[in-house]
Amino acid sequence: MYGFLQHVINGLAAGTIYALVALGYTMVYGVLKLINFAHGDVMMVGVYVGYAVAFLLGRDSLGSTGSVLLIFAASMAACALLGFLIERFAYRPLREKPRLTALITAIGISFALSYGFQLDAQVNVRGTQVTLLPGAAARAFPEIITPVEWLNIGDGEVVIWNRQVISFLIAIGLMVGLQYLVFRTRFGRAMRAVSFDHRVAALLGIPVDRVIAMTFMLGSSLAAAAGLLYAIKDTSVQPLMGLYVGLKAFVAAVIGGIGHVPGALVGALALGLCEEFVVGYTNSSWRDAVAFGFLIVVLLLRPEGLFGRVQAEKV
Amino acid sequence: MLRSLTPVAIAIAVLALVQVLLNTFEMEFVSVLAMKVGISVILAVSLNIINGMTGQFSIGHAGFMAVGAYTASALTLTLADYRLSFLPPALSDQVYFVLALLVGGAAAALAGFLVGLPSLRLRGDYLAIVTLGFGEIIRVVVQNSPSLGGSLGLNNVPGYTTVAMVWFWAFVVVLLAFRLSQSPHGRALWAIREDEVAAEAMGVDTTGYKVRAFVVSSFFAGVAGGLFTHYLRIATPAKFDFMLSMEVVVMVVAGGLGSTTGAATAAIFLTLLPEGLRTLFRSVGPEDGSWADKVDQVRMPIYGLLLVIIMLTRPQGIFGRHEVWDRWLKPKKKPVPA
Amino acid sequence: MRSLGAVVAVLSLAFWGCEKKAAPAPAPTKAPEVAAAPAESDTILIGEVGSLTGSEAAFGISTKNGIALAVEEANAAGGVKGKKLEVRVYDDQSKPEEAANATTRLITQDKVKVVLGEVASSNSLAMAPIAQEKKVPMITPSSTNPKVTEVGDYIFRVCFIDPFQGFVMAKYARDELKFGKVAILKDVKSAYSVGLAEVFERKFTEMGGKIVATESYSKGDSDFRAQLTALKKQKAEGIYVPGYYNDVGIIARQAKELGVKAVMMGGDGWDSDKLFELGGAAVEGAFVSNHYSAEDPSPVVQNFITKYKAKFGSVPDSLAALGYDSAQVAIEAMKRAPDLSGPALRDAIAQTKDFQGVAGKISLDDKRNAVKPAVVLKVKDGKFAYVATVNP
Repeated sequence: MYGFLQHVINGLAAGTIYALVALGYTMVYGVLKLINFAHGDVMMVGVYVGYAVAFLLGRDSLGSTGSVLLIFAASMAACALLGFLIERFAYRPLREKPRLTALITAIGISFALSYGFQLDAQVNVRGTQVTLLPGAAARAFPEIITPVEWLNIGDGEVVIWNRQVISFLIAIGLMVGLQYLVFRTRFGRAMRAVSFDHRVAALLGIPVDRVIAMTFMLGSSLAAAAGLLYAIKDTSVQPLMGLYVGLKAFVAAVIGGIGHVPGALVGALALGLCEEFVVGYTNSSWRDAVAFGFLIVVLLLRPEGLFGRVQAEKV
Repeated sequence: MLRSLTPVAIAIAVLALVQVLLNTFEMEFVSVLAMKVGISVILAVSLNIINGMTGQFSIGHAGFMAVGAYTASALTLTLADYRLSFLPPALSDQVYFVLALLVGGAAAALAGFLVGLPSLRLRGDYLAIVTLGFGEIIRVVVQNSPSLGGSLGLNNVPGYTTVAMVWFWAFVVVLLAFRLSQSPHGRALWAIREDEVAAEAMGVDTTGYKVRAFVVSSFFAGVAGGLFTHYLRIATPAKFDFMLSMEVVVMVVAGGLGSTTGAATAAIFLTLLPEGLRTLFRSVGPEDGSWADKVDQVRMPIYGLLLVIIMLTRPQGIFGRHEVWDRWLKPKKKPVPA
Repeated sequence: MRSLGAVVAVLSLAFWGCEKKAAPAPAPTKAPEVAAAPAESDTILIGEVGSLTGSEAAFGISTKNGIALAVEEANAAGGVKGKKLEVRVYDDQSKPEEAANATTRLITQDKVKVVLGEVASSNSLAMAPIAQEKKVPMITPSSTNPKVTEVGDYIFRVCFIDPFQGFVMAKYARDELKFGKVAILKDVKSAYSVGLAEVFERKFTEMGGKIVATESYSKGDSDFRAQLTALKKQKAEGIYVPGYYNDVGIIARQAKELGVKAVMMGGDGWDSDKLFELGGAAVEGAFVSNHYSAEDPSPVVQNFITKYKAKFGSVPDSLAALGYDSAQVAIEAMKRAPDLSGPALRDAIAQTKDFQGVAGKISLDDKRNAVKPAVVLKVKDGKFAYVATVNP
């Protein structure tokens, strides 16, 4: 029983991360109808930015609220910028081209980032080695949130840590915020208009380019936040981390119905729990098959996802 | 019948001669390169049948390669202790090898059929993700099969692959791709690529054609997988991952979606380039060979950037859907349907 | 030629039934590889395959340093047969298929006389068939899985094998730590881990202990909580994790976080300073079996440590020591061998007896394995402290 509880907690913690990444996927897909394959890798870049900032701050100043906020802010800002650049220079020129073209571009960016970060590049600036690219080996992610045990049932049988609860609350909070943004604000209305038909939206005076760029920046900074929470959870960071988390988050978004915000959260939590149970009760090497198996079943039986609406194809 | 066998006979003769020359002069390194290049050509040309001619974007080619690779390797490993008594050992091995490659290809084709039938109803980007998913699932299943060595894979696979064998298959797939693209069957594929809805309206059984194209493509992926493991002498599930699929995709996209010679040219170029650069850096780079070591690492990010740049500047690829010689032959070449 | 035969044979099978019609004259058996013709260069090339990047990069770099030190010393002492030695290293990115690729390249392109490598058994297993087929001797510094040298008579190693290493830890856990219930967490992606786990389980059970659970992971995973939660239920006194340092560090942290109180135990795959960086305080109190201890007061060891520190600025781990030993065994054999052809070199290496290496005396047995004692180390204050020596 205790074991089951602990599995549920682990699964929810993993699902929370997928959820945050999936929100970014869903937003971008909603607006552009583009599977932003590079989303997970943007997340990875965000984690490395956080790592660098934490490193510069030094071990002693970590753990304080100020340093946490600074790390999150720096990482989210860097990712917003990266998202903006990718949209501006890689996706925008292809907006009128077939969707496959943009997908191939996205895959290309994903590759360039995840394998580019596996290179070792260091320069010597006045006697100190400055690492430009981190290399392929995993690094320990510093404890930027001091771990505190919040709940301990039955002498270490079930343990909940502060960061798991914080992550979960952040995910719920961001989802509510996003829902508000999309359905209650002017910007959200513009987003929905662009999503519906960006040519008509442009005719109606909506600054389509700006709305899309903003969506990308928002999605990318969400990814950065998710990435940091992920790195805090698993205490390590490595360049390929984005690839699989990105794919799984995409699966979560599809399960929930892509473009649907609460759906992404439900899909992600379901996926996280499912993976946890598969690994915990059967064999760990099936983990990666779970997500893709889920994806295929959903796409074949209910391509619009659990909460999505069927859209007739325009011919 | 004779018309279609002549080129094959010529190819066999030429390849045999090449193999004899390579063996006599002990050009081991050239042989290794030639095998690598040939395997890339098979992969690229076969993927081009799906991604180029039919316009369906598959990014799970490595999965089918894995099916063929494992089937063929398991077969040769089981047969390694036996030999056909009426043949000399080396020859008997090669007979087994051809048999194993055919069985491996057939297994991959079957996998292609099973995957293709349900998923080819999906379109565009969703299809891409589903093929990726299937590729990964195939890998995980292999990883969980103790009889296939699990994650550790099969070691000690016999090193049967020869240059002549690789290029024989490369020749077959190129010939088939040409014949296919000019046949009525091929025209149906082109129609699906240009406009699936219109093709369906014209009475083309789109799903049927797509599945058949998928099966043919998977067959050759399986053969390439068998050749690959018998060259590398090890079959590990980790090798047949998403990255390998992407390498092939890069070749097809760079060569031009739909151009057989384009895909083959890109495959040759992109396989030889890292080797060439490595040798170059060994001789002119820094003494410790650090540049040469970087070649393999830099390859993948550069492939990524290459995809982006090609899409931005020339989305149809370098050759588009033309063949390499179309520029010169265009005025008179009017393909006659078989 | 062979393929021509094959193709003709297949065609004949297809067209005329499978009997008779023997294919044309059998291919001339492969050109003799003995190629004793000495390369007319004034250097002797030694090939090395190592994981200089990727998950086990620390292993490859340590080994490379060790080998470089040995070769530098040999060159300073006049080289071998009047020629200088040169090492050509290829990176395999910690992947078996790249290791196979690199070995092919070393042998076919660079024509090296001997191949040194790899640390991880999975990678060595990928390299061995190639070296064996091309008749180039291969010495693995630190692959402990027995299957590696079973590939053929050209494959050697200068370290002990897993049946012994597993025995050492099982014995220590049973006799000294008095454990009755132990759980195992193994990496199914590495031949080393799978092999070691199997031996440990067998030996520990033979000694009257009980293996209460076995869970698995794949190297490169970052979340091990599901497996650890499953293990935690069993209330084991110890957890045996025969993995590599980069995963073990993270596993230790997550185990601590989940409130797992069992003592962690492992093998030589833990040996890297990266373990302490990744695992932090969570690996404190763990026990590992290893090849040598830097605290060994013997002059051979201390001398090596001084030289290594002077050149690379750090205390050598056992991978560096074994890399050094493997290169020395190869160099000594080259000096003894009548010429540098594959078979001659193989025979010379096989005759290695009572060679004083840094990580113990090396005598190769008839299965081309070194028989050496092992040490048990305990993690204390962020480094490995010597606890005991176990003789074979």
